[in-house]
Amino acid sequence: MVQTVNETDRGAVPAIELRAATKRFRTPSGGVYTAMRGLDLTVAPGEFCAVVGPTGCGKSTTLSLVSGLEPASEGQTLIHGAPVDGIDPRVGFMFQADAVFPWKPVLDNVAAGPLFRGVPKQEALAKARDWLRRVGLSGFEDRLPHQLSGGMRKRVALAQTLINEPEILLMDEPFSALDVETRKIVQDELLALWELTRPAVVFVTHDLEEAIALADKVVVLTVGPATVKDVFTIDLPRPRKVQEIRFHPRFIELYEQIWASLRDEVQLAYARTTGTEAIGAA
Amino acid sequence: MTALHPAPLRSETMTTATADTPSVSESELLRSARTRLRRRRLLVLLAQVALVAVVLGGWQLGADQGWLDTFTYGSPSGVWEQLHTWFTEGTALGSIWSNIGVTMQETVLGFLIGTAAGVVCGVALGRVHLLAEVAAPFIKAANSIPRIVLGSMFIIWFGLGPSGKVALAVVLVFFSVFFNAFQGTREVDRNLIANARILGASQWQVTRQVVLPSAMTWIIASLHAAFGFALIGAIVGEMLGAQAGLGQLIATAQGNFNADGVYAGTLVIAVLALLAEFLVTRFEKRVLRWRPTQLSADSAL
Repeated sequence: MVQTVNETDRGAVPAIELRAATKRFRTPSGGVYTAMRGLDLTVAPGEFCAVVGPTGCGKSTTLSLVSGLEPASEGQTLIHGAPVDGIDPRVGFMFQADAVFPWKPVLDNVAAGPLFRGVPKQEALAKARDWLRRVGLSGFEDRLPHQLSGGMRKRVALAQTLINEPEILLMDEPFSALDVETRKIVQDELLALWELTRPAVVFVTHDLEEAIALADKVVVLTVGPATVKDVFTIDLPRPRKVQEIRFHPRFIELYEQIWASLRDEVQLAYARTTGTEAIGAA
Repeated sequence: MTALHPAPLRSETMTTATADTPSVSESELLRSARTRLRRRRLLVLLAQVALVAVVLGGWQLGADQGWLDTFTYGSPSGVWEQLHTWFTEGTALGSIWSNIGVTMQETVLGFLIGTAAGVVCGVALGRVHLLAEVAAPFIKAANSIPRIVLGSMFIIWFGLGPSGKVALAVVLVFFSVFFNAFQGTREVDRNLIANARILGASQWQVTRQVVLPSAMTWIIASLHAAFGFALIGAIVGEMLGAQAGLGQLIATAQGNFNADGVYAGTLVIAVLALLAEFLVTRFEKRVLRWRPTQLSADSAL
């Protein structure tokens, strides 16, 4: 039932590697909260890895560690074989909430990365225009973020992240705030853009359908503290159309397998939040 | 995509809606809304004029009829005459414009220095937690001093010239701006900072390009009050001892038991304060252009 991928088969140095990573936080009341315990995760260069798990299980913590925003309490985080020490310029991060700068017009938002990194202004703006064209937002250069729809803001965020041409792309439920139809369109756009530069991706989501439709590999995390429960290879053909791949017989097969693994964790997490026993584990 | 939604149901509800109100077009709705708005504005304006007329008229009537002692309470016509004298013949301390100039110079200088210092310190302490922890007790202690007493200290330090007044204005402005800048810096969306850091921003770039614009909402809110404080600082400083300025003018009038003079000085200051408030609001609108404009209930049709 469970398919575990032997990562060493892929050869080469993995783009991302978490080795027995543990992350603890101090709670405001003075206690200690363990978000992640002994988590192992490997993502090959150019691989699209989706991480699913129940709400609040510590999915996002994996991204904090890889991005260098937070150090691991124990264990190791490696990027291309080297330990992470602070924020790595090869990493791009797309946040769950809107993180585009609300006071900057769209063009300046997209150009922000190169400008921060010291690219000359004209060059950065030209590059930003090019990326806006790629995400289909030509003509919106002078708009402010609040003048755009949610889907358009996500595309700005996508362009803002990808303009730095990251080798590693971290995404934290980036499309969860979008309505279902818009989400599918933006997902397709993400796949098309990903094909261009092929960064290694860690895509955190609680939407299993999204995970299977996008990824090469789906990692199921346990209810917190997070550890890896199962890893599934998604052997669906590429290029994919998110709207259509859902009807592929293999998609449905994979969905059933992964859901069987995920279900127990989701129910456990639900029981914890409500304080009741897990019910109807049918 | 909308074509896929149950279209018949939708068009049905649409037709019933239009069938109910076939005569009212959008432009008519807008026009009637505008008429209502105009009427309302006129009503408000009339009520305001009436209020002023009742208060000033009552005061004048009381003074004329001898119900109010004009020596103690003055009268509107007395205030008017005083203003007329000041603006045509000048005051005991020179021309009124030079007095206004002195006070405004002290106020604006105090406002600018105090704001700059408040923003720099507020953002620095907001960003560097260690600095905030070290400075916290001292700032609390300094803030607990009633700042008017500093006026006396500044007169000893700086003498009767304008620098003591500027110093008092700076102190008053500093704290009001400082606390807002500090709070604004602490409230910056952590996602925005994380995003900027990952996009490649240095700490200084984060401060300049993310924290400052973000905290600007808070800082500008404090500027409204801050200009008032600067004016208070300048005027109180002048009242405590000065050679010129509106505060000194009022203090002189007070010394001569000239009630009309006190009112006239107050009026001039109020006009200046309103003017400044107008300018700060203009500045606010310019700087905070990026914020979405909210639909107000007033604009409802």
